[in-house]
Amino acid sequence: MGQSKKPVEESHEFKELVTTRWVVAGTLTLLVFITYYGFILMVGLSRETLARKIGEATTLGIPLAVLVIVISFLLTLVYIVWANTGYDKRVAALTRMLDKR
Amino acid sequence: MKTSLGEPTTSGIAFFLVFVCVSLLITYWAARRTRTTTEYYAAARSITAFQNGLALAGDYMSAASFLGIAGLVALSGFDGMIYATGWLVGWPVLLFLVAEPLRNLGKFTFADVVAYRLRQRPIRIAAAIGSILTVLFYTIAQMVGAGNLIKLMFGLSYETAVIIVGVVMLIYVLFGGMIATTWVQIIKACLLLGGVTLLMILTMAQFDFSPGVLYSKVASTYSQASLEPGKLITDPLDAISLGLALMFGLLGLPHILMRFYTVPDAKEARKSVGWATGFIGYFYCIIPLVGFGASVLVGRELIASVDKGGNMAALLLSELLAGTPFLGFVAAVAFATILAVVAGLTLAGASALSHDIYVNVVKGGHATEWEQVKVARIATVIVGLLAIILGIVFKGQNVAFMVGLAFAVACSANFPALLLSITWKKLTTAGATASIVVGAVLATVLIILSPTVWVDVFKNQAAVFPLKNPAIVSMTASFVTAFVVSLVSREKEAEQKFGDQRTRTYLALGAE
Repeated sequence: MGQSKKPVEESHEFKELVTTRWVVAGTLTLLVFITYYGFILMVGLSRETLARKIGEATTLGIPLAVLVIVISFLLTLVYIVWANTGYDKRVAALTRMLDKR
Repeated sequence: MKTSLGEPTTSGIAFFLVFVCVSLLITYWAARRTRTTTEYYAAARSITAFQNGLALAGDYMSAASFLGIAGLVALSGFDGMIYATGWLVGWPVLLFLVAEPLRNLGKFTFADVVAYRLRQRPIRIAAAIGSILTVLFYTIAQMVGAGNLIKLMFGLSYETAVIIVGVVMLIYVLFGGMIATTWVQIIKACLLLGGVTLLMILTMAQFDFSPGVLYSKVASTYSQASLEPGKLITDPLDAISLGLALMFGLLGLPHILMRFYTVPDAKEARKSVGWATGFIGYFYCIIPLVGFGASVLVGRELIASVDKGGNMAALLLSELLAGTPFLGFVAAVAFATILAVVAGLTLAGASALSHDIYVNVVKGGHATEWEQVKVARIATVIVGLLAIILGIVFKGQNVAFMVGLAFAVACSANFPALLLSITWKKLTTAGATASIVVGAVLATVLIILSPTVWVDVFKNQAAVFPLKNPAIVSMTASFVTAFVVSLVSREKEAEQKFGDQRTRTYLALGAE
């Protein structure tokens, strides 16, 4: 096991898999950051924007707070769909390569 | 409005007894399936993604999220909503950065991952201390909250409440291990989500099912300012630091991380975060409606007169809308919420003591299955009794900072070592150990010197450290320590094992 594994971890496909995984994870993490800190900085620096009325009394801040939660959830879905389809298939292919050896 | 809050009502006691009886029956059933360590710590890795999603939500949604956020929205309006968003945004990050590697690399605790290619003794001790500190701070906050809330809800004395919570949850964990704990979390999550949904529907029925009408009513009863950002965030740096603690603290909470070992593989771990994020996100979206509803229908004055933190807002609203039986139901749900969270914490604390310290440090990894389960149960009793004692010792203390402290230690001590052990080849035993120690000490010391403790608890004039949560400093220091110490203390063996670790991390080769 220990010896036959070595080439796989040094294979081009494996390295690419790991790089892709972290590029996707890093990008999505960055999007969560932008969403959440965008909202928080708006609270800190531009109260007027959030206090703007969009209904009789409803302020823009209320739907934006809900939006932060919804976007966070959608980003987890994006990751799960990507991983279930793309990532898992590449892992299966690499594991098959291992079994053949 | 006259309220029966604070008196032991028949319906409250009945709902509570039904919950306890059902959960004890489950514990009995689970106890017969709990003989090995994998069963005791990880529910035989037999939990599905959907079940684990509910259980994660059950572990995370404490009484603070339910009663606390409803109360904050009721008394301060929009600020409560800002606060609620911070509690959710860690979940996607948990999924992207650690959930799957953790599941593939570890066995029972997150220390398994950190110690994968490092020297066992020092790193296990450090990681266990990080876990135990996080668990203890979180437990103190929960137990003191439990004592106060149950006193307010049922009129029981503080000590009785703490002892009841401690003993009941100890029975779950001691006999039923992770299987019983998981099912208690699942039932609690269903009760909480169902109960709050019902409360939200009853509330919205008063406002033609239109949030706009509700907000207009809030604005006309109080002021438009209730729907605008208020005093919560005055210093952006403070807000950023708290945000970091909430976001990355989740990635270092031992009782949450432990749940990923209960599912069969990384794919199920991944899907379970999706479910959990959905449930928790939905909860944080509807709980502000309950809070705003309470401020209009019950009134801020009455809410604050019962409890100045506003914690009773949701309960007063339940009674107003559907009478004493519904109050009893919601109070029992709040009680169940506390029980389930403390049970999860106790199991996590016990696993750090028994699996990390006893089995891997004292016994050098060599202990029979029978001995391991026995030690796990002894550790459970120790942690459970400690929870009860700490709950009583901290009676009457202002422990609001404890949750912030738990998250600060989690993100400064546990998270950097965990992330770097997964991703960075050159991490050494010395580097990881030093980063955990620096993170834990700095987070704790800076919180004591911060306005939350130095001014609010010790009543000093001005704080020594300006930020309310130290995460931005302590977490950064922990990462820097890990880098610097690792680079000056190269460890060949750890680097050699990294290749092997990678195939396990990404391809699940050899994963348990």
